[in-house]
Amino acid sequence: MSTYLMNSDQGLVRKSFLATLSISGWIGLILLLFLGSCAIFAPWLAPYDPSEINLSARLMPMSSKHWLGTDHLGRDMLSRILHGASVSLGAVFVTLVLMLLAGVTLGGVAGFVGGRTDQAIMRVCDVFMTFPTVVFALFMVAILGTGLTNVIIAIAVTHWAWYARITRGLVISVRHSDYLRAARLSGVPPVQRFIRHILPSVMVQLLVLATLDIGHVMLHVSGLSFLGLGVQSPTPEWGVMINDARQFVWTHPMLLVWPGLCIFLSVMSFNLLGDTLRDKLDPNLGH
Amino acid sequence: MLAFIVRRLMLLVPMLLGVSMVIFFVLRLSGADPAMSYLRSANIPPTDQAIAQAEKDLGLDKPLPEQYVVWLTDVVQLDFGVSYMTRRPVLDEILYYLPATLQLASLALLLTLGISIPLGMWAARQRDKWPDFTVRGLAFLGVSIPNFWLGFMLVLLFSVQLQWLPPMGYGDLEYMILPAFAIAFMSLCINARLLRTSMLEAQGQRYVLYARMRGVSERRVENAHVLRNGLIPVVTAAGMHIGELIGGSLVVESIFGWPGVGRYAISAISNNDYPIIQCFTLLMTVIFVVCNLIIDILYAWLDPRVRLGSEASA
Repeated sequence: MSTYLMNSDQGLVRKSFLATLSISGWIGLILLLFLGSCAIFAPWLAPYDPSEINLSARLMPMSSKHWLGTDHLGRDMLSRILHGASVSLGAVFVTLVLMLLAGVTLGGVAGFVGGRTDQAIMRVCDVFMTFPTVVFALFMVAILGTGLTNVIIAIAVTHWAWYARITRGLVISVRHSDYLRAARLSGVPPVQRFIRHILPSVMVQLLVLATLDIGHVMLHVSGLSFLGLGVQSPTPEWGVMINDARQFVWTHPMLLVWPGLCIFLSVMSFNLLGDTLRDKLDPNLGH
Repeated sequence: MLAFIVRRLMLLVPMLLGVSMVIFFVLRLSGADPAMSYLRSANIPPTDQAIAQAEKDLGLDKPLPEQYVVWLTDVVQLDFGVSYMTRRPVLDEILYYLPATLQLASLALLLTLGISIPLGMWAARQRDKWPDFTVRGLAFLGVSIPNFWLGFMLVLLFSVQLQWLPPMGYGDLEYMILPAFAIAFMSLCINARLLRTSMLEAQGQRYVLYARMRGVSERRVENAHVLRNGLIPVVTAAGMHIGELIGGSLVVESIFGWPGVGRYAISAISNNDYPIIQCFTLLMTVIFVVCNLIIDILYAWLDPRVRLGSEASA
């Protein structure tokens, strides 16, 4: 019964997804599209080169020439914010893909194969979930070294276990369904059964959870960059920009306000969209 | 109850063993070179002879499993080795900085519970009126604000504009309020929303209706039935929040110049001081796990179903 309801719900969503979106969902979606296009079209939108240093125009206030002013090296803030969007959002996107890949593969195998494999994978998950996330991320960065790639790997390593565990649960819940039995009886090989019959039904719910998690991941990535462990300074990234501007908190607070506001807005729009998607697809999911 | 506690303690052993394995093997299999970092910190030119000597001193010349056993035996006896930089025992160094972090995290926990519980109750009682909307709106803001940025914004408002509180430094309560609030804000918001939802859920339960039918006073219904049951999910979530609070204090310390273990660990990261990093990770994880254990026990005490259920299955 519940499977039937859920499937019919998903069908409904697919048909008229936009028409049934709530106001907060719309706000989230529009903000995301806006931020996404800023990220993609940054090279064309930005009025200046984001790392062009102009010491004669340091710490300029907002003006028609520099809409958001300039930073302590005379770099145009608007251009840096725009380019920062592609670094920040891109990093989050890559992290998410890595997390999902690792989580779905290992969790899927655990749920699908079962038995000792399942036990082994779940014990590893337990260990990874024992660490507090930020501490573990710091540990991974300490060992891999600083830099954006390593921060992405570190965050993926600290988060994948949650996805593995959820995937495993979802796979187990569909493993004994009739359509899988039918597929097995008609001789579909296991790998194909997993990819063509299990994955699609599991993926929708995982993507919703992932949307809800993006905000969190983004806060982690920018936090590590802020600590000077992620993206390194001339590259424009919002967390690094806050770190660069911290000595000017007394004199030029706006240098800190803009990038922080961007992080805040992006995280908020992901959360808005995630909440809406969750309510739509499955009110019981994740809570 | 005692059986429950003992069983939970026993479960910790394989967990922490796994954690120690991750901490040891991730470092040794990652290609990081402790001998080189050791020599660099000591300003010794890395000749072949010096590298061989350093490897011998650090015990890196033995096979990996043997190294792990040696390391673990030392760690169990609270010997984490010496820092590459300062040549002092790592644990002493970390324990020197730890109290400041725990101070900050405890105040943050206090703020989280002290503010979120009244807020959540208020929102649940005034459902769909302005207090409810305010709390829900606040909860939404809270989960989206980066804690380090909030820290700066608090400094801007309370130190630069209003000049009520010192912007940074180590000291008593007035120095702690801003960083603790920056750390606590997200958990506080999540908690308030959670309590609101769970109290509303409890209000719809039959035992509440039954209590009202029995003529139990409204105040007693609220406190003994709705609030007590509504607090159960909040207690469960507190474990997660403690992780966030620990992590938050590590990040926020650097803004407020708070001399805690987070700042120390970050300087160790830039120096590749691996013993400190290993000790830091293990210690913070143990603190986190122990806090969660206490919460589990509290949870079992609060909710007999958990306690009895797990005893029945044992």
